[in-house]
Amino acid sequence: MTLRSKLLACAIALLTMAGTAQAEKLRLGTEGAYPPFNFVQPDGTIAGFDLDIGLELCKRIGADCEVVAQDWDGIIPGLIANKYDFIIASMFITEERKKQVSFTDPYYKAAMTHVVPKDSEITEFTNETLAGKVVGAQSGTTQADYAVKMYPDADVRLYPTQDEASLDMASGRLDVMVGDMLPLLDFVQKTEDGKCCKLAGEPITDPAFVGEGVGIAVRQEDNDLRERLNKALAEIRADGTYKKINDKYFSIDIYSMK
Amino acid sequence: MSLIESLSTNLPKLLDGAETTLILTGLGAALAAVFSPGLALIRLFGPTPAKMLLRAYISFVRGTPLLAQLFLVFYGSGQFRAELTGLGLWSFFRDPFNCAVLVFVINSCAYQTEILRGGIEAVPPGEIEAARAIGMTRARVLARVIFPHAYRIAWPALGNEVILLMKASALASIVTVFDLMGRTRQIFSRSFEFSVYFEAAALYLLITVVFVFLWRQIERRLTRHMRRTQGS
Amino acid sequence: MMETLFSYGPQGWGDELLAGVWVTLRLAAATLPVGLLLGFVVAAASLSRRPVLRAMGWGYTTVMRGMPEILTLFIVYNGLGLGLNRLLDHFAPQIGAVDFPPFAAGVIALALVFAAFAAEVLRGAFQAVPEGQVLAGLAIGMTGRQVFWRIKLPQLWRFALPGMGNLWLNLLKDTALVSVIALDDLMRATKVAVGVTKQPFTFYLAACLIYWGLCLGSELVLTRLEARANRGVRRA
Repeated sequence: MTLRSKLLACAIALLTMAGTAQAEKLRLGTEGAYPPFNFVQPDGTIAGFDLDIGLELCKRIGADCEVVAQDWDGIIPGLIANKYDFIIASMFITEERKKQVSFTDPYYKAAMTHVVPKDSEITEFTNETLAGKVVGAQSGTTQADYAVKMYPDADVRLYPTQDEASLDMASGRLDVMVGDMLPLLDFVQKTEDGKCCKLAGEPITDPAFVGEGVGIAVRQEDNDLRERLNKALAEIRADGTYKKINDKYFSIDIYSMK
Repeated sequence: MSLIESLSTNLPKLLDGAETTLILTGLGAALAAVFSPGLALIRLFGPTPAKMLLRAYISFVRGTPLLAQLFLVFYGSGQFRAELTGLGLWSFFRDPFNCAVLVFVINSCAYQTEILRGGIEAVPPGEIEAARAIGMTRARVLARVIFPHAYRIAWPALGNEVILLMKASALASIVTVFDLMGRTRQIFSRSFEFSVYFEAAALYLLITVVFVFLWRQIERRLTRHMRRTQGS
Repeated sequence: MMETLFSYGPQGWGDELLAGVWVTLRLAAATLPVGLLLGFVVAAASLSRRPVLRAMGWGYTTVMRGMPEILTLFIVYNGLGLGLNRLLDHFAPQIGAVDFPPFAAGVIALALVFAAFAAEVLRGAFQAVPEGQVLAGLAIGMTGRQVFWRIKLPQLWRFALPGMGNLWLNLLKDTALVSVIALDDLMRATKVAVGVTKQPFTFYLAACLIYWGLCLGSELVLTRLEARANRGVRRA
């Protein structure tokens, strides 16, 4: 290859890159109160596993992504109202949500778990053993559905964010907290507050509640975007990028939960 | 989903929430009303340090958002769990309902004190002099002349304050209390059914309208001796 | 400990809180003109001679003042975006979905509430102009319109100022409610800091003190404005 053709190739490559970078601006919606998946850093930016995956996917589909923070309760209405173009916020793929939005393939598998104080005597989790106990979960989540449906006789409290539920778990207001396995594992193992507590009982994997896994939500009419995200997701799984991001946060592969 | 259908599924939950809203408001307003007369007197006639302290308290309550006060008490108390447990107070702070009522009492008490102070100041000095002249003791003047008249003057403003408190009680939903607003948010976050917000709005309005009506009826009773002279 | 918590820079939360204060102030400042304008319209309707307009004015103030602010905020924030997009889908599908930024939603919701209370203050202020002045104006041959522009409106400011001052303080405090939707105001910045530092009391107390400072500052300015507005008035 001559120098000239090399230069030409570079120029073309640059042009196409510049072209794609300008071609599309997308807005990525997330919550920012769900460590280690999405959380706000002291410098004000949002980081976490969801963000790393989401921004990598943006790069792969040639989009320039802006991050938009949105409270959980309004996160699906916000997508429909076009406040952002897709949600990557550790959202379980459930039938109820599918009526509102459509999902990509799962980008990780999820299970739910119970958290109790270290000195707790609760070992079995049934409506009878939890009757009259205070059970906390984040409002509008599958774990909130689970707590409300499975423990009708417990005093169920729903918090706007998981962070606030965890804060109250640590301060001793809750007897039991129901939440996603991974963030809560992080909570009890890695945080100062989480020292109060431990995971208990069997992981909850009932598909009626946890669905097929965790997916990226897009508006129902944006089929094209969904397909492109799926393709990019398969790509980063295949070339090891996913594993690199995964290992930054977790000791197990959360895509297969092994 | 039709309106009737949506109402019939949501209404029981919303009414349950409305009941909590009423209890929250009623308890908050009533407890505040227990403390406000004494505080109003201190605010007017107390020693200077006590006056200054009260003024600072009232200014703080009026100068900060109720939401911030609620978070300060609810999540803030968690930071002092050990100390509160030592004092035997943790079981009180543990319940979000108690925290909400506490904040509403602190809040409403500041406003009620100011309203009552205005009412007491508006009592014509002649009435007090007359009561003194016929030999009433100070306590009697307070109980028989000043407070009855001050409450009559302050009555409409106190009613407004209760309505403001009722509306403000919607914030309790943010610290996990299932009041009317809490139930509404719960229903919306599951079904994304927008009409539930309008159903809640209608219930809040209904509560306000009924309350205003009842409050006016009491006002008519309080002022019935004043209408007699007009020959009705 | 305290110094690092509230320091300015990547380690502390001082800059985030300050940025939050800035959003809070911008939000209140942007709401004020919109709310005032809307308040004038509503007040005009409630003082109108047409019963239909009067009823509409009355209905608006009653509904808005009877609903919790946070409910209004939820309806505007979640509803306006959804409603707008549904309308567009229906009538002009070629435009596609439009964006409805949280700041605008916050301003609209707060302005709707502000307007209802402002309308009552303005209505009271209009009615506070002494009847004699109006009669005097008419007696020297002014038209109703002239009476409005030359006698009523110039005095409105003076009569409305105390009430408006209170509404401004309420507005400053109500901005905290937008933290429940998704705007990085002072309250939300505080919540985020609490989420990370796990020091709720420290940070919520700091937030309370900042709001208190803002309100005390506003009161100082308002007292001066009132003194200025009343400078030509004879005192008993």
